[in-house]
Amino acid sequence: MSLILATALGPVDQQYLLQARQMQALSFAVHIPLVCFGIAFPAMVVFLEWLYLRTGDPLFRQIARRWSKLMLALFAVGVVTGTILSFEMGLLWPNFMATFGDVFGLGFAIEGFSFFLEAIFIGIYVYGWDRLSPRLHLLSGIPVIFAGITGSLMVIAVNAWMNHPGGFVYRDGRATDVQPWKALFGNPHLWHELVHMYIAGYIVTGFLVAAAYAWQWQRGNRSRYVRTAMLVPLTVAALASPVQVVVGDWAARTVAENQPTKLAAFEGLYHTERGAPEHLLGWYTNDEVKYGIKIPKLLSLLSYHDPNAKVRGLEAVAPDDRPPVNVVRVSFQTMVGIGTLLAVIGLVFVVAWWRRRAPPQSRLFYLAVVAAGPLSLVALIAGWVTTEVGRQPWVVYGTMRTSQAVTGADGIPVGYATLVIVYVGLGAAVVWILRRLARAPLEAPAGPAESGVGSGVPL
Amino acid sequence: MSLSDVPLVLLLVGLAAYAVLAGADFGSGFWELVAGRGPRGEAIREHAHRAMGPVWEANHVWLIFVLVVCWTAYPTAFGSIMSTLVVPLFIAAVGIILRGTAYALRSGVISVREERAVGWLFSLSCVLTPFALGAAVGGIASGRVPVGNAAGNLITSWVNPTSIAIGVMSVVTAAYLAAVYLAADAQRLHEPDLVAAFRARALAAGVVAGAVAAGALVVLRFDARSLFDDLVGGAGLPALLVSVAAGLATMLLVRAGRYEPARFAAAVAVAAIIAGWGLAQNPDFLPGLTVRAAAAGNATLWATIIATALGAVVLLPSLALLFGLLLRGRFDPGAEHPVTPSSPAAPAQPASPRAAPALAAVIALGALITVAAPDWAIGVGVALMLVGVVAGFLLLLRPESL
Repeated sequence: MSLILATALGPVDQQYLLQARQMQALSFAVHIPLVCFGIAFPAMVVFLEWLYLRTGDPLFRQIARRWSKLMLALFAVGVVTGTILSFEMGLLWPNFMATFGDVFGLGFAIEGFSFFLEAIFIGIYVYGWDRLSPRLHLLSGIPVIFAGITGSLMVIAVNAWMNHPGGFVYRDGRATDVQPWKALFGNPHLWHELVHMYIAGYIVTGFLVAAAYAWQWQRGNRSRYVRTAMLVPLTVAALASPVQVVVGDWAARTVAENQPTKLAAFEGLYHTERGAPEHLLGWYTNDEVKYGIKIPKLLSLLSYHDPNAKVRGLEAVAPDDRPPVNVVRVSFQTMVGIGTLLAVIGLVFVVAWWRRRAPPQSRLFYLAVVAAGPLSLVALIAGWVTTEVGRQPWVVYGTMRTSQAVTGADGIPVGYATLVIVYVGLGAAVVWILRRLARAPLEAPAGPAESGVGSGVPL
Repeated sequence: MSLSDVPLVLLLVGLAAYAVLAGADFGSGFWELVAGRGPRGEAIREHAHRAMGPVWEANHVWLIFVLVVCWTAYPTAFGSIMSTLVVPLFIAAVGIILRGTAYALRSGVISVREERAVGWLFSLSCVLTPFALGAAVGGIASGRVPVGNAAGNLITSWVNPTSIAIGVMSVVTAAYLAAVYLAADAQRLHEPDLVAAFRARALAAGVVAGAVAAGALVVLRFDARSLFDDLVGGAGLPALLVSVAAGLATMLLVRAGRYEPARFAAAVAVAAIIAGWGLAQNPDFLPGLTVRAAAAGNATLWATIIATALGAVVLLPSLALLFGLLLRGRFDPGAEHPVTPSSPAAPAQPASPRAAPALAAVIALGALITVAAPDWAIGVGVALMLVGVVAGFLLLLRPESL
């Protein structure tokens, strides 16, 4: 590369840059689903406990208590996978941290306090059943929900800054005139990312939890336990997923404004043009999309709400400054496709529930919910791939290349292989825990509601 | 003390908190590893494990705090440290994953055989992680981490006399802290057998920890002379003396069976070592890089200090609540007293049939504003949608329909 600029720790030559990126991506992909549970699950658990306090119906408490164990186990895994991410920031990208840590680090400092609150009150909540007064116990769950909001705000603020950097002047490889508050919170790129991710947390958690019970339901277990444990997360996800379509539209318009090259990669648009079309499916090759279904003017319409708006193509920047188009494009289409499907499932459910006060009858609907669980996870990961690979080749958009950020240390493949092995083991452990927790007999006094007491009842 | 030193103080406070709180969690794992077989071993394992259940996650967060303060306030030093000490820090990270996994697994574990398999994983990581972190500290303290991207030697920066001495010291002090804390917990639980078991362990570990610390000083004398001089003859001396005094006081208190005060004395002994390191190494952060030169600009330093101060306002009462509940025995077995809600509330009023269309209209209006309005109004649109969703959720999921 001809243009290696100076950076805080000096230039670097790393032959395993791609492996370093994959290692980071793996770590994010493992952590992000757990973040969703951190955002949304406490709210569902606390909601059920609140229902119990309002009605005295032990069923609600039983579900809340059972879920709280799951919540703690997933939080423990989230704690350690999140710790790996903060280690990797330095272990893999020391030059990024050395050059810009003072610009965006504040976000993580505040996130650290959110994390503290979450850890403290999740301990009090889960270990506090029967040991605190019911009201105090319910209250101890509130900070966990609150910390989920502030924590995601801070982390997203840093990500938004990487995508749309500001609050500093880059001079001779160093960030000067640093204004950390402005860099993090005066960023117009922050808000859509935050709302998009926060809602995604509820969609993913809602559909995943609902999927587990929908599986029981369509197999014929129609106990009230299964019904309630399915309906609560399903209602959350069903309401959130149509809203996410609107928020996604907002996100796309903001990307069009702040990161035109990323937007061009969403579609695979090479030439800058007015009335740019969008292709469904297909493959980007030789500067055009082949085999796709072309919809005229759609890209202009979606990006600027004007069918004849001019959209900047990939040609506007040098080949070195373009992201890998197909990775971004396929991820984007996956996210949008699944998101649309989830919104449809959500609408079907909400309308049926509202009109008849009963969940939909058809078995097909529950099979769709079972599929929606893993699909929502795929959409989540695809969304992050879209925004993060779409940012490439920059770690700080337009300012520092990922190749300048990486460590100069040897042994990245060894670390990568080790992490893969450890995470495969972690994944197996989580599956094992979920199965074990699901098979454990229901505790607590069985109310009249209990039709499915015993080993067959999930979670 | 200048502005550029303040985050360093925060960093050392965080490190000390991590050492005395999470350190004891690691130490508990050590005692589980060497608890032996049979019912007695099981009792020790059970006690060691139960004591930290509610708190280990909060204790672990201190490490995150240290990392984020370091990278925000001293970014160049952070990048240099992380890149040169990549091997021990990666080992520590893997140990942290294993430990967290073991914790999560235990919530689902039932049989004794499985418990043992998970216990091994857990205990192994409880020795590996403090050793690796201590070795990394040794690399910094002995001046083996130069400024630059992986500019130091990736092996000798942490496989050297100082690193090994501090690594071993970390493991031993962790075990010592844990034994003292667990003796105190056993006393609160009225478990005389466990009290006796951990009393003996605390005394033995105290002697070993003292000997290892003295040995580490000798190693520093030959391997990191300038740090040794400042620690024994310079700015670090008062802290060193405090540590020795607190260590001796802990031993006397444990012998006398006064475990609650011993808990605090032991913590002071360990925290003072970290303070001594900071004082002895000041004003250098890394070789050729003073704390002042390593520090970020004033705007960032102030932001870090303000954020930490505001965070502390929330954090300290929360921590006090958690540890208050723990130390008063509210999480102990047998402390449950199930309460049913005194008066289940009256059945809720059925929702007005118009509420649902009204909420749908609110969400639709929000969506319209988000899609069609100028930028400044998008916030209003999104807020309307979210309010509509929350209200819709409460409307749809009325208890009588579940």
